[in-house]
Amino acid sequence: MNSVKMELRKRKIKEFAHQVRVNKMAFVGSLTLGFFILVAIFGPILVPFDVMKFGLATEMLMPPSSQHILGTDDMGRDVLAYLISGARVSLMVGALATLLSMGIGTLIGIVAGYKGKVIDNVLMRITDFFLVIPWLPLMMVLAAILGTSIWNIILVIGITSWAGTARIVRAQTLSVREQQFVERTVSLGAGSIHIMIHHILPNVFPLIFANTVLIAAAAITSETTLSFLGLGDPSHASWGMMLHYAFETGATSAGAYWYFLPPGLCVVAVVLAFTLMGYAFDEILNPKLKER
Amino acid sequence: MDKKRLLKKLFYAGITIFFVLVFNYFLFRVLPGDIISMVSRNAKTTPEMIANLTQLYGLDLPLYEQFFVYLKNLFQGDLGTSFLYKKPVTAVLAGKILPTVILLGIAEIIAIIVGIIFGIVSAYKRGKKLDAGLLSTSLLLYSMPTFWLGMILILIFCVNLHWFPIGGMVTPGKIFITTWGEINDVVRHMVLPVACMALGMIGEYAITMRSTMIDVLSEDYITTAKAKGFSNPYILRKHALPNAMLPMITLIAINLGLIVGGAIQIETVFSWPGLGNLMYTALSGRDYPLLQGLFLLITITVILANVISDILYEFADPRVHS
Repeated sequence: MNSVKMELRKRKIKEFAHQVRVNKMAFVGSLTLGFFILVAIFGPILVPFDVMKFGLATEMLMPPSSQHILGTDDMGRDVLAYLISGARVSLMVGALATLLSMGIGTLIGIVAGYKGKVIDNVLMRITDFFLVIPWLPLMMVLAAILGTSIWNIILVIGITSWAGTARIVRAQTLSVREQQFVERTVSLGAGSIHIMIHHILPNVFPLIFANTVLIAAAAITSETTLSFLGLGDPSHASWGMMLHYAFETGATSAGAYWYFLPPGLCVVAVVLAFTLMGYAFDEILNPKLKER
Repeated sequence: MDKKRLLKKLFYAGITIFFVLVFNYFLFRVLPGDIISMVSRNAKTTPEMIANLTQLYGLDLPLYEQFFVYLKNLFQGDLGTSFLYKKPVTAVLAGKILPTVILLGIAEIIAIIVGIIFGIVSAYKRGKKLDAGLLSTSLLLYSMPTFWLGMILILIFCVNLHWFPIGGMVTPGKIFITTWGEINDVVRHMVLPVACMALGMIGEYAITMRSTMIDVLSEDYITTAKAKGFSNPYILRKHALPNAMLPMITLIAINLGLIVGGAIQIETVFSWPGLGNLMYTALSGRDYPLLQGLFLLITITVILANVISDILYEFADPRVHS
């Protein structure tokens, strides 16, 4: 029985991988993302410059040259080196915040949907609260109070962005709960925690897959915006921190395009990659959309 | 809409606002220690100030009584004193509301109109080159951090082309002979922030409008209308558009919270003297009373706006009445 199940799951994953290859949006998205992940992992090893080493006064805010392909920043640091080390921070914050957000959203959604009644009502009111209050002011206030560290940024993004997921998961849980196999498991004496983990979660998962990718896009944008507004971690140089320094030191009005264009472009590329993948996964996993 | 549903909605909104008040209280009073330790971080604090604050916030009372003192102060419009401006928070906030409302209002109207047109054209020309172009532009705009778009606009139109002033709302120190001259100056300052704000929103509106329009156009009643021999523009206007507008109303309401986020970024980049810029200032100076006042004002406004749009939706959609 179990091996049949495994076989089925394997086939499904294979089919999914095939569709990702065929679907143009998913292909471009995953290729772009793959590139940035590789840069984040191996980039810092390959860079010939020390990111934290400040340059000489004569090397400050220099336009692109053969020595510094993307020029230097206001401290005389190589922009390309900075950009590459920023990839690691930005992607890591995005990934961990997404994981946290999905965890909270899935937990609350499943418990609310499965338990119902008062618990459902209370949890959904909390969800509505997080859904309706404007995210950026909330994040700014939380980050300002918790203090600027990279872990706080992850925490703040995680606890402000789970509400949408919780709603989706709850709706799916409600429909799964009514199915016969759940009823049978209950009559066999299974506890609710067992049912939620082993029977509801696997059925909810395909639905939240596309959602996860879109949350990741939002998490990267959030990190960039928070860092830009001065809530980032100064010891971890993300793309958002670069943009913050560029803005604070007046690179925009000085016309130092080489300083603030590249980090923004990287953010756009990663967010776009996630968004494309999200739409594509939705199309692949949601058969209703395919005919259109 | 019947009274029961209306009351229920208002009741839920009331609960959410109460949540915000409690949340706000704990966030600023309990989490980082009490308000005294927050104030003491500021080097200019005197012992008299601390004694005053203790009395004002009832810090010698038990915690639950402190909460009632906080509520009482709130309902009397007392949000404390700003560290940076040395003025009551309410007075600081009042002066910054109008610029934000002007910026958001104009940008929102432009974004809705352009977004809807983009979406309709895209859906109508589905799969053609025009659709692909519009869709990718929308996706690109949607993926851009709003503040970064603002930096690019400044680089192009202020630094390189010198078409518009870099920031602010009026030219500092300039004396205007006529009102017209003053309006002209404000408009010149406003073009870029409004354009940036609108561009940031257009992407999402266009994408949503496109997909609902495609949904609606594949409905049976559209085929029926075609079979009856109505012209395409007529079908679009009378049959498709009214039905495709409903999800847009919801989206616009949901987006209110997002727009506020956009305003914070744009006002910061363009030094627009509104609430968003004030929030950045309050944040940089760690002006907690001001930050708290802004948070309350923004959040409660967004919640109320959501309730209003919810009620409007019911009027717009006849199916909800029954």
